Amino acid sequence: MFHIYCPYCEEHREEEEFHAKGQAHIARPADPEACSDEQWGDYLFFRDNPRGIHHELWVHAVGCRKFFNITRNTVSYEILETYKMGERPRFTAEHPEGKPAETVAAEKVADEADMVERQEGVKA
Amino acid sequence: MSQSSNQPNRLGEGGRIDRARTLSFTFNGKRYQGHAGDILASALLANGVDIVNRSFKYSRPRGIVAAGAEEPNALVQLGSTEAAQVPNVRATQQALFEGLTAQSTNGWPNVQRDVMSLVGKLGGRFMPPGFYYKTFMAPASMWMTYEKYIRKGAGLGRSPMERDPDSYDHLNQHCDLLVIGAGPAGLAAALTAARGGARVILCDEQEEMGGSLLDSRELLDHQPAARWAEQVVAELAGRDNVTLLARTTANGYHDHHFVTLHERRTEHLGETAPTVNGYRPARSRMHRVRAGQVVLATGAHERPLVYAGNDVPGNLVAGAVSTYIRRFGVVPGEKLVLSVSNDHAYRAALDWDEAGREVVAIVDARLAPDGDLVEQARARGIRIIEGAAVLEAKGSTRVSGARVATIDAEAFTVTGQAETLACDTIASSGGYSPVIHLASHTGARPTWNDEILGFVPSLVKGVHAAGSARGMHDLAKGLADGVAKACEALSALGLSADAITLPQVDAIREGSGCALYQVPHEKPTLRAPKQFVDLQNDVTSAAIELATREGFESIEHVKRYTAMGFGTDQGKLGNINGMAIAARCLGKSIPEVGTTVFRPNYTPVTFGAIVGRHCRELFDPERYTALHQWHVENGAEFEEVGQWKRPWYFPKTVNGKQESLDEAVARECLAVREKVGILDASTLGKIDIQGPDAREFLGRIYTNKWAKLAPGRARYGLMCKDDGMLMDDGTTSCLAENHFLMTTTTGGAAGVMEWLELWHQTEWPELDVTFTSVTDHWATMTVTGPEARKLLAEITDIDLDRDAFTFMDWREGKVADVPARVFRISFTGELAYEINVQANYAMHVWKTLFAHGEKYGLTPYGTETMHVLRAEKGFIIAGQDTDGSVTPEDLGMQWAVGYDKPNSWVGKRALSRSDTRRADRKQLVGLRPKDPKVVLEEGAQIVFDPDHAIPMPMVGHVTSSYYSPTLGSGFALAVVKGGQSRMGETVYLPMADGKTHAAEIVGTIFVDPKGERQNV
Repeated sequence: MFHIYCPYCEEHREEEEFHAKGQAHIARPADPEACSDEQWGDYLFFRDNPRGIHHELWVHAVGCRKFFNITRNTVSYEILETYKMGERPRFTAEHPEGKPAETVAAEKVADEADMVERQEGVKA
Repeated sequence: MSQSSNQPNRLGEGGRIDRARTLSFTFNGKRYQGHAGDILASALLANGVDIVNRSFKYSRPRGIVAAGAEEPNALVQLGSTEAAQVPNVRATQQALFEGLTAQSTNGWPNVQRDVMSLVGKLGGRFMPPGFYYKTFMAPASMWMTYEKYIRKGAGLGRSPMERDPDSYDHLNQHCDLLVIGAGPAGLAAALTAARGGARVILCDEQEEMGGSLLDSRELLDHQPAARWAEQVVAELAGRDNVTLLARTTANGYHDHHFVTLHERRTEHLGETAPTVNGYRPARSRMHRVRAGQVVLATGAHERPLVYAGNDVPGNLVAGAVSTYIRRFGVVPGEKLVLSVSNDHAYRAALDWDEAGREVVAIVDARLAPDGDLVEQARARGIRIIEGAAVLEAKGSTRVSGARVATIDAEAFTVTGQAETLACDTIASSGGYSPVIHLASHTGARPTWNDEILGFVPSLVKGVHAAGSARGMHDLAKGLADGVAKACEALSALGLSADAITLPQVDAIREGSGCALYQVPHEKPTLRAPKQFVDLQNDVTSAAIELATREGFESIEHVKRYTAMGFGTDQGKLGNINGMAIAARCLGKSIPEVGTTVFRPNYTPVTFGAIVGRHCRELFDPERYTALHQWHVENGAEFEEVGQWKRPWYFPKTVNGKQESLDEAVARECLAVREKVGILDASTLGKIDIQGPDAREFLGRIYTNKWAKLAPGRARYGLMCKDDGMLMDDGTTSCLAENHFLMTTTTGGAAGVMEWLELWHQTEWPELDVTFTSVTDHWATMTVTGPEARKLLAEITDIDLDRDAFTFMDWREGKVADVPARVFRISFTGELAYEINVQANYAMHVWKTLFAHGEKYGLTPYGTETMHVLRAEKGFIIAGQDTDGSVTPEDLGMQWAVGYDKPNSWVGKRALSRSDTRRADRKQLVGLRPKDPKVVLEEGAQIVFDPDHAIPMPMVGHVTSSYYSPTLGSGFALAVVKGGQSRMGETVYLPMADGKTHAAEIVGTIFVDPKGERQNV
């Protein structure tokens, strides 16, 4: 049974409190109608099954109800990090030891700008 | 030394037993005596009981072989009463208590004379691996019959047939360091961490903590090693930061240092938990430990040698002989032959000699052994035969002699003439296998170590093996390793501990051992007398050789073909020997052959401990509505919907006879259609949705339009997954401009809630909207039928005028003087009002309705009637009429799909995929059986042509089917390929009983197709 750190509750809790929701970072195409059947099928049905580092979407179902992501090694089951929705992983297949600090900082700036843009989109 | 009078093998002194306390026990119906501090195995050996069981496959007589968890033979059935039965208890792990009653697990009519042994004697050579599969394979339909008799013949214990009088607990534990095993390394590790201030749990499976120290010949600080163990245990027991768990087996190592410990709290006191001060403690506890770091100090199991006749009672592993003598004051025989490949096992001969009994010879596979223990044996004049091994044990129910000869272990040949030594006991040792089971549970593959001739554990982060568990068998090194591993573990946690001062060990010099697993015989393995590898599963060296000849090369396949390492044993004594034999046969090395995977549990765990308190009324939570008590008092039969208990129907007693389901449902249906009925619909999922973007969110998550739904109005909505398949449905009402109340199916409530959160949190975080489950806050009462308006009007201030309060409106007001929301929504097709009140007012409102309802014929109805009424109207139930492969269009519900909505709502794109546009998709239709008396079976398969050759193409199935008292006939909903364009056609339903029903495809609405009744 996993021991999972909820990045919102900021505590380790037992796996019983969480539900696994599959691969993380599956972006829904912004304009579904512009997709070909094949592109839409890829989004709907195709998922990775890596040996090693994998990013997974989980929800703290009987806790804070927040969705968040886990970077997990599918061989050792070690959880390398958990991070909030909208954030990016520090540990990836390209950076199994963790991304350099300056990369992390640059990504954060970009993500914040993106969120501002989305909120303005709703107002408009 | 002298003997105890009625226990022929009990020494007059020595051991850690209390001779002043004599305990009586019964084994296979005969009474014996032992002492406090005995285990059942030591008490049986003290009494000279040779045969404790019959073997699993060949029914050969078997005796005690080992002294701990690795014992393969001495499985007993405990219990003097039916309720107290416990199967498959190892006699080596059961403390003796007054009145203990045990029986051999196998053996019919008894272990001394066993009918099945005929199979072993006559049929033995005809029972190769795969015997049962090969012999009983045809015809397949007879397998169930064969299996019944095979199981009776083979069997491994039986479950009690009466209710268990005991209780069991689960405990969740947290600690910095969990130390598993309280031998030298474990005690040193625990003491180090404890003095360093860490929170420590130390567990050990034996009756007493100390492990090998309890029967060691070595001295610590010039005292017997057991004394040091006692001192350490006493110190640990006095510390607040230490939890000591004796009689506690670590059975499973799960992810992230989650370890399950099974603590047996009363099994050493009696067969059921004794009453203490009027209170009966839990018999055992399952500790669910989440540890920061773990030290595995699980020690090692001695490997017996594999030689012919090595299963005859009187064959033991060498270390067990020492344990019985030194810990229990029991010598399990008169004349010993010891066959070894290493120095350490010489202890058995020295202990035997000191007990005053005859050591006939030590047969050592090595040439010129020269360690301290060897020299001691020589000095005592014990005969040592070098470069030799016991080839064969003679005797049938007890060892009578040992055939010994020189061998060439490398070449696997017998080099000399065999000599027969008269003896009654043969002890053997082929080395020591670290107990790697728990480390193996983590998924880490162990690695072979040539120096110690054993597998050592590979470890995941945070797990540390110490001492013998990683092949460090030397006492001084093992103690130091325990200290070092505790320090490493604590520093990984950011804690620290100082190394403790270890006791001085009077070193015993041991020479190195040689590799010997299977002893060669003059005859080839397949013709030699049976050499057992796995005693519990009756797997022989010949079986393994045969398996490799038949092409099984992977050790995992050899395991499954021969059953080696199966059962409760999990290969503790036999696996390494079996791998060595497979390696020899395949011409490979042991590491090339590899090891099998050990799985939890390490030793069997009683179901009671696994279940804990989660049984009977606490097995699963039950959810009751606020009206539950009324339903109970009014005789409702209940249906389980998820965890909810819902009234299924309300049978009345008519002329002293209770109505059947069909009779009650017919009455309830007609009451709704003709007068007025009432349903407790409180279990429907209710989600309160608020925020400036609530309306936008609904438009994206539902298939239909929400932009113009005004406050005071409600709308039915369909929810699809992004693959276009329906997942749930329900009505959502606009409470205010930025405030909605969504209802879901009873079973779908939690899933829909998570679904909304998923889309909001992952795809549309920019939408300002929140979701709150209010299912339990509101009770819902559906009042429906032609008289519903008149009844409700009597107790509400809401204007119920048909034009003021129209279909799909909702109004706020008072009902029975309490605040209520009333929704004019109908799931029956009749005039209907869904009254929602705060849950704690529900009983008052319900009773008020009944007080006013009698004159209108108000009838309570349950879920069954609800189903009939809704199906008559063609209203679907998501999850019954749909199964995750049905689109809104398949249901003929295009009217609830907003194709022209501005946003791409969830599921829209998939509805134009080629697959969702196929004309031959299964579509929802109505079925009217040609014979009106027939009620089709739900799930029945549908075919177009009943005369088609088998297999017939199946074109759909029945999803809902009932008898309609309104129609006076059976009717059904079904999905049929291309069904919506096949109206009026006849389909067929071939049934398992050979009958074939015919039915006509019709529309899905059977009653009031124009929907006039709900609009009155």
